[in-house]
Amino acid sequence: MIHQVENPVVELHDITVSYNRKPVLWDIDLTLPHAAIIGIIGPNGAGKSTLVKSMMGLVEISSGYVKMFDQDLEQVRSRVSYVPQKESVDWDFPASVTDVVLMGRYGKLGLFTRPRKADKEVALECLRQVDMQDYANRQISQLSGGQQQRVFLARALAQEADLYFMDEPFAGVDAATERAIINLMKTMSKQGKTVVVVHHDLQSAQEYFDWVVLLNLRLIASGPADQVLTPELLQETYGGKLTLLAEVGALLTKKEFPSREKG
Amino acid sequence: MDAFWIILAGSLVAIPCGLLGCYLILRKMAMIGDAISHAVLPGIVIAFFVSGSREPVSMLLGAGILGILTTFLIEFFHTKARLQTDAAIGVTFTWLFALGVILISVFAGQVDLDQDCVLYGEIAYVPIDLWITDSGRIMGPRVIYIMGMVFLVVLCFILIGYKELFLTTFDPAFASATGISVALWHYLLMGAVSFTTVGAFESVGAILVVAFLIVPPATAYLLTEDFKKMMLITALLGLVISFCGYYLAVWLDGSIAGAMSVVAGLIFGVVFLLHVVGSRLPAAGRA
Repeated sequence: MIHQVENPVVELHDITVSYNRKPVLWDIDLTLPHAAIIGIIGPNGAGKSTLVKSMMGLVEISSGYVKMFDQDLEQVRSRVSYVPQKESVDWDFPASVTDVVLMGRYGKLGLFTRPRKADKEVALECLRQVDMQDYANRQISQLSGGQQQRVFLARALAQEADLYFMDEPFAGVDAATERAIINLMKTMSKQGKTVVVVHHDLQSAQEYFDWVVLLNLRLIASGPADQVLTPELLQETYGGKLTLLAEVGALLTKKEFPSREKG
Repeated sequence: MDAFWIILAGSLVAIPCGLLGCYLILRKMAMIGDAISHAVLPGIVIAFFVSGSREPVSMLLGAGILGILTTFLIEFFHTKARLQTDAAIGVTFTWLFALGVILISVFAGQVDLDQDCVLYGEIAYVPIDLWITDSGRIMGPRVIYIMGMVFLVVLCFILIGYKELFLTTFDPAFASATGISVALWHYLLMGAVSFTTVGAFESVGAILVVAFLIVPPATAYLLTEDFKKMMLITALLGLVISFCGYYLAVWLDGSIAGAMSVVAGLIFGVVFLLHVVGSRLPAAGRA
């Protein structure tokens, strides 16, 4: 079930990625639509983050090519933004919230130029969009997990891109932040921006995404969420694990086993 | 006047070392500074042979090349052989340093270098090691010129590359996604560390360069959560350490470079204790 779209925002052609000669992504061939919220879903170790990193040129591709806006990444870098997993950085780093958000402007500034007043205003406006304006001068070491994620999103917004890749933005955040992030994404897609999200929670997938990519080392499905999130395709993606869990669930309801043994 | 030259030389070593050290400790690469400061030795000896004198430009060049080679080897062992970074550092710098020691001892007769000078340096000789031009004019201590140049180069490097160094240190993945070359800035920083180290080795010695690279930034890291302030405090600490270190050495009639390191360690110890007490107090108040 792989839908191809006309005039795609991202096109992957036969992407294979290997670590130490062992392929971790096999022959991924897909196209993604404009102005959509797109979820990349699959079990742990399915290569979701690797797929996003290979699109951003952060891991070496063994074969195939990636096109964005029908061009190579190098030509359209200023239109593309990347939000790494928040665990990938040291939050004890001596920097303020504004320092981090201003990093989103560096790509536009180039060497020799310091962030100007206009850049600081953009940064503050982006913080307002994630409801973090009161924390502008706070040190990043004092933030909670949800606030850290909001700061990363504000930094991405400061890039003023058209295409956003977010690696697990919902991991380890509070419910209010999750709500705020999804609302922000909906606003962004209304403005014609495309958001590609690595996600691991199946329950919220149907509600959050317009388009879903199911991945488990190879591409299982790519298409509109309601057509892709079917029990058959999910079972194919999650393989034995989901089947086993489904059987346990069925047994539990049938025999009324207590879900936890009494001590 | 001697006191002035020695304190100035100490500060001119401590400040560039400290500023670069700020980046090293935040990149969790403090020991790479240690490795580079030792591994440049064969570069210095070879440069000495090629140029035939202790002429600073060729020595800085030789050391710079070895410094980059060291970084490259560490990366290579780490990525290709999947050796842990600290093991890769240990393997690389010990054999390069040993190679330098062998080169010195084999050619000891022809070389105006010795292990003691390389390891411990002698900052007390700064005022008598003068730069005398061909016409016989005395220009002042040679080390001041060398370190002054190193100081300016490092300062310019940090002023020009501030944004890029800051970003590649904090979040390399995001940096390369925005088109900033992480590898380029990594090697530029390592080049600057090699360059500073070799400029400094004559006056304070390889071992004490490590103290200046790591101790003032580590102290500043405990004192502030703002990166610009961290660099400023590091620079001020460099001045204080040079000043107090010199007078401690005069008072004890001992090694100046040693005294400077001891002062650096003492300041760190005091700040660390205050930091521990400071972070315990609110917790005790709540309990």
